[in-house]
Amino acid sequence: MTSFMPPADRIWWKVPVGREEIVWILIALTWCLIMFFMMPYWHIYGKQNLSNEAYQTTPAKFGAKVQEGIDQYKTGEEAGVPIIHPPAGSDVYMLGRLWQWWPILELEKDKTYRLHLSSMDWQHGFSVQPININMQVVPGYEMVLTVTPDQSGEYGVVCNEYCGIGHHTMVGKIYVKE
Amino acid sequence: MAQFRTCPDTGLYFHKSAESLIKANAVAAAVALLVAGLLGLLVVLTRWQAVHLLPADQFYMALTAHGIDALIFWIIFFEMAVLYVASSVLLRCRLATPAWGWVQFLLMLVGAVMTNVAIFQGSSSVMMTSYVPMQAAPHFYLGLILFAVGALIGCFIFFGTLVVAKQEKSYEGSIPLVTFGAVTAAIIAVFTIASGAIILIPTFLWSIGYIAHIDAEMYRVVWWGMGHSSQQINVAAHVAIWYLIAGLVFGARPMSEKVSRGAYLLYILFLQLACAHHILVDPGISAEWKVFNTSYAMYLAVLASMIHGLTVPGSIEVAQRGKGFNNGLFEWLRKAPWENPVFSSMFISLVTFGFLGGITGVVMGTEQINLIIHNTIYVPAHFHATVVTGTTMAFMAVTYFLIPVLFRRQMILPGLAKLQPYIFGGGMTILVLFMLGAGTLGVSRRHWDMDFTGAALGFDYPGMAYTLMGIGAFGGVIGVIGGGIFLLITVGSLVFGKKLEPSAGLLQSFGFPLAASCYTDKRPETLPRAAPLPAGHHTSSFEAPGTFVLALVLLVTFVVYYFINWKYLASVWQLS
Ligand code: HEM
Ligand SMILES: [Cu+2]
Ligand SMILES: [Cu+2]
Repeated sequence: MTSFMPPADRIWWKVPVGREEIVWILIALTWCLIMFFMMPYWHIYGKQNLSNEAYQTTPAKFGAKVQEGIDQYKTGEEAGVPIIHPPAGSDVYMLGRLWQWWPILELEKDKTYRLHLSSMDWQHGFSVQPININMQVVPGYEMVLTVTPDQSGEYGVVCNEYCGIGHHTMVGKIYVKE
Repeated sequence: MAQFRTCPDTGLYFHKSAESLIKANAVAAAVALLVAGLLGLLVVLTRWQAVHLLPADQFYMALTAHGIDALIFWIIFFEMAVLYVASSVLLRCRLATPAWGWVQFLLMLVGAVMTNVAIFQGSSSVMMTSYVPMQAAPHFYLGLILFAVGALIGCFIFFGTLVVAKQEKSYEGSIPLVTFGAVTAAIIAVFTIASGAIILIPTFLWSIGYIAHIDAEMYRVVWWGMGHSSQQINVAAHVAIWYLIAGLVFGARPMSEKVSRGAYLLYILFLQLACAHHILVDPGISAEWKVFNTSYAMYLAVLASMIHGLTVPGSIEVAQRGKGFNNGLFEWLRKAPWENPVFSSMFISLVTFGFLGGITGVVMGTEQINLIIHNTIYVPAHFHATVVTGTTMAFMAVTYFLIPVLFRRQMILPGLAKLQPYIFGGGMTILVLFMLGAGTLGVSRRHWDMDFTGAALGFDYPGMAYTLMGIGAFGGVIGVIGGGIFLLITVGSLVFGKKLEPSAGLLQSFGFPLAASCYTDKRPETLPRAAPLPAGHHTSSFEAPGTFVLALVLLVTFVVYYFINWKYLASVWQLS
């Protein structure tokens, strides 16, 4: 009956520690350090990292950039949403607002793009499916992702941050062409 | 004059005011759990796409209320009771400032009711996180602020009681380990509530128009300073309860006071980091800070949890072996009282918290891996393993213990009570496992419709995602049944249970003291130190080899699952 009684030894911190505890602490500590160093390791050798690149912006400024992209690179429309086909290597702008991702992107496989994301109103979640890449999209901030889609196909952009009653209708598209 | 009664069955001392406050807070917690559980049923039946029970607006309202009633009101009311037990009851000490205790209780009660009113009025379906610029009604925030002020008062009464106990020398030596764990929880709570005040007070002022703008990213960082550390209060508290129950059921002593307390110290030092867990894929947060913060410096708080994961079952093993259950590696465990819900609920809490909650939490809190998990249903699956099968089941375990001891009622339906932890734990484990799977397939959390009805552009989840959500939801329904049985037994016992001597009438079950004659003015005897360690303690061989093997199983599971997730990450588009 002692876990809820004062320690038996007055100087309890001098009581020697049992062997399995010491061994376990060493094993666990090693594992903790491995997990810790995996993160910087992946920054150096891994291929999936987030840049620190982000800017403060406003809905008006960011909206103008998105419109510029649409004016330059629009190739068509789907369900009333413009489709753009920006050149490889370029800056691509996409916005989230209640309840749309705008515009639809057409990208080329194995080409790299600088994708800029921001929100016009509330927070949204940029969730590319089925590849399952998820980013938080926050009003007032423009996040830049350098992305290289390496599988072709049709991807849905589901909003996965709750954004009001129409949240479940907020779906966008990204096409990756061979 | 301070008045005490002695429990004739356990020898625990109850200070009259503390006793009433423990009851009041525990009953309020149970009410919150009832509301939260019913809402959980509605939520899970809506996420089960084949049932899809609620319309969208009601779903988001129910989900907001479920999160707040469960995570905040159920858990924190109960934690107040735990703090009173860990200070006044365990230390045999009068409660410092009982009147403030009632202020604590009433503020929390008013706050909880106020926030619920705001939610069910319909204009505050903002989820418990209430991310700006989405706005709730002012009394939504005000209720939370009042609740937090109440909780802060509770923490100070706890500290005050420790001071009284020390001054009046109600115990010998150092405070018991369980109380030490509660100190950890209370210290983290003060930090948490400070972060909460920093963010919720301006947000309240914004909702009534005194502040024009709140930066959405700043909100996320500071809000999670509260939201994340509040979860660490739960961890510290339920680990303390694990130790308590190991002591109550088995007479177990900590394997090493130094190691267990050292682990708690690591919690105090490092657990309050890790608000970055929630903002790993946010704009404008630097990678260096994320790596440092998300890993609690260098996973030092994870280390602490891994230590408790060994020492809690290890102490049980040592105690059991001392009683002669010495055959093989696991006789001590086989011969544990599996039909005693105090033990089984606690042990399920320990195992699921480690294997499900802990491992998934560390994996998804890894800086890069988070991007394949953030905001998917994997996230609620993870925290139902931590706060439901972990914290909630630990609290349920101690409640079973308290019904006869504190409320002086015999438990009704003992046969059902034997099964309850397995029903609740089993159902919730199914929910957790299958929703983890659905999250891996990209199903999002806080989402009314996997079919995207009415969306201009669509997306089809694979059939498997529907299957996994369906099975998970089925587990959730079983979990709700298990939770219902818990409330039936506990509340039913308070009302219908056979009265024990000295007995409690109906009102007494809900906070009023027992008959005056049960209490005396006599000071409790000083709480002595535990009996000395047997000679030759901690010398050569392993004392708890079975536990060590179990710990290695945990480690191997952890390592394998961790690297599977890196592999999965490596298969997604290149990002830099
Ligand atoms: C009793 C059975 C329970 C069931 C069936 C259940 C089910 C669920 C489900 C399915 C969700 C996720 C919905 C979504 O994101 O779309 C959820 C969210 C949540 N649950 Fe539970 N739950 C239960 C009990 C609890 C308990 C006891 C707690 C806390 C101690 C809890 C805390 C939460 C929280 C904090 C959320 C997140 C709310 C949000 O996203 O804002 N749940 N629950
Ligand atoms: Cu959205
Ligand atoms: Cu949304």
